[in-house]
Amino acid sequence: MADVKELKQVLTGPIINNNPIALQILGVCSALAVTTKLETALVMTIALTAVTAFSNLFISLIRNHIPSSVRIIVQMTIIASLVIVVDQVLQAYAYSISKQLSVFVGLIITNCIVMGRAEAYAMKTPPLMSFMDGIGNGLGYGAILLSVGFIRELFGNGSLFGVEILSKISDGGWYQPNGLLLLPPSAFFLIGGLIWLLRTYKPEQVEAKG
Amino acid sequence: MASNKDSFGRTLFVVVGLCLICSVLVSTAAVVLKPTQQENKLLDKQKYILEAASLIDTKEGNVTKQDILSKYNQYVEARLVDLKTGEFVEGDANAYDQRKASRDVATSSVPENDIASIKRVADKAVVYLVRDDAGKLTSVILPVHGYGLWSTMYAFLALEADLNTIQGLVYYDQAETPGLGGEVENPKWKALWKGKQLFDEQGDLAINVTKNPAVASTVYGVDALSGATLTSNGVQHSLQFWLGKEGFASFIAKARNGGVS
Repeated sequence: MADVKELKQVLTGPIINNNPIALQILGVCSALAVTTKLETALVMTIALTAVTAFSNLFISLIRNHIPSSVRIIVQMTIIASLVIVVDQVLQAYAYSISKQLSVFVGLIITNCIVMGRAEAYAMKTPPLMSFMDGIGNGLGYGAILLSVGFIRELFGNGSLFGVEILSKISDGGWYQPNGLLLLPPSAFFLIGGLIWLLRTYKPEQVEAKG
Repeated sequence: MASNKDSFGRTLFVVVGLCLICSVLVSTAAVVLKPTQQENKLLDKQKYILEAASLIDTKEGNVTKQDILSKYNQYVEARLVDLKTGEFVEGDANAYDQRKASRDVATSSVPENDIASIKRVADKAVVYLVRDDAGKLTSVILPVHGYGLWSTMYAFLALEADLNTIQGLVYYDQAETPGLGGEVENPKWKALWKGKQLFDEQGDLAINVTKNPAVASTVYGVDALSGATLTSNGVQHSLQFWLGKEGFASFIAKARNGGVS
């Protein structure tokens, strides 16, 4: 049994100290696409966390039997199967959200975080720790997604989770929404800003100048 | 064991075994969840049809499944229409998949004047007839679609029994920019359509999605979406196409002469 301290480190490390988006700069593409609304960002986070956790678990379970010549294909097969299952479940139980996420659920297959954790961590770590690492990285991804989604939905659309917070001029209120925040490029600025803040707070994350 | 895991036989064994397990997993999920998914899809479509006919208010957000099913079954009748002749044709309209039919060469054709960029048109379309409790026709709902900025946008256009006055235009499937073109789903914008007229006194199509406030305030004008010129053009072109001679023109002409009731 892995000791509790190490477990905690694996679970919470990726949220601030080793964030997959902010430090490893992985999975940025979907972070641009699904963060216009908090609701989609949240569902995407749950979907990605589930896929990363279970792909890490299954890959770790069979890690001693995976031939190294085909290991990437084996990882992809497991990840792709899990993504299809998640997509099917969403279509069955959260149809309207699955319509909004459209292709992005399918694109979890190509999300670098899932593949990156499988290859870098699950291939050489026991199942429980790998599973926790998957959840931790999903949460780290979610932390960035939800922060970006929060800013984009609040200032771009005047609402949070679809509930109106700032009443827009077009609805007879006073708030002029910032249209740029609804377009994908704005997420670049926001993610960049978050990385800057994080590295100011934790200077050890800055890459050594080569 | 670990020493020979890279041997040819082991590699083959692992790959085949994994593929079998994964395919069983994926197909089980697909088969088990399919009925729920289809039910969702149908329910979603029926919800939008009822919304177009103003039979439910989705803004309240608490429309139940039973509500949708009972109202739909009570008031709405789906019929197949041959677009060329404008006549009703036999067939199970509820099972008919217009999108699928428009991809099949045998059941569709290339429009001569493809202003809505839809590439192929199915020969038959489904129209939804809405009747009140007394059996009197209250609205006719026509499915329309056309290309916006990023995506093909699908909508239901609900007309009153005169087939001229608009009851509502409800987009149910689109992937335009949220907040800009995506505002085609905004209740405030959708409300602009109610009561507008499609055709002028000469019978020509006059409805116009426009930036000109003078035109938008008339009975033939609807204010375009700000910041979404191409989406607004897409809406305009979809209506022009589907109400034109390659769309529902002959059906509308026949229906006005009493072909529906």
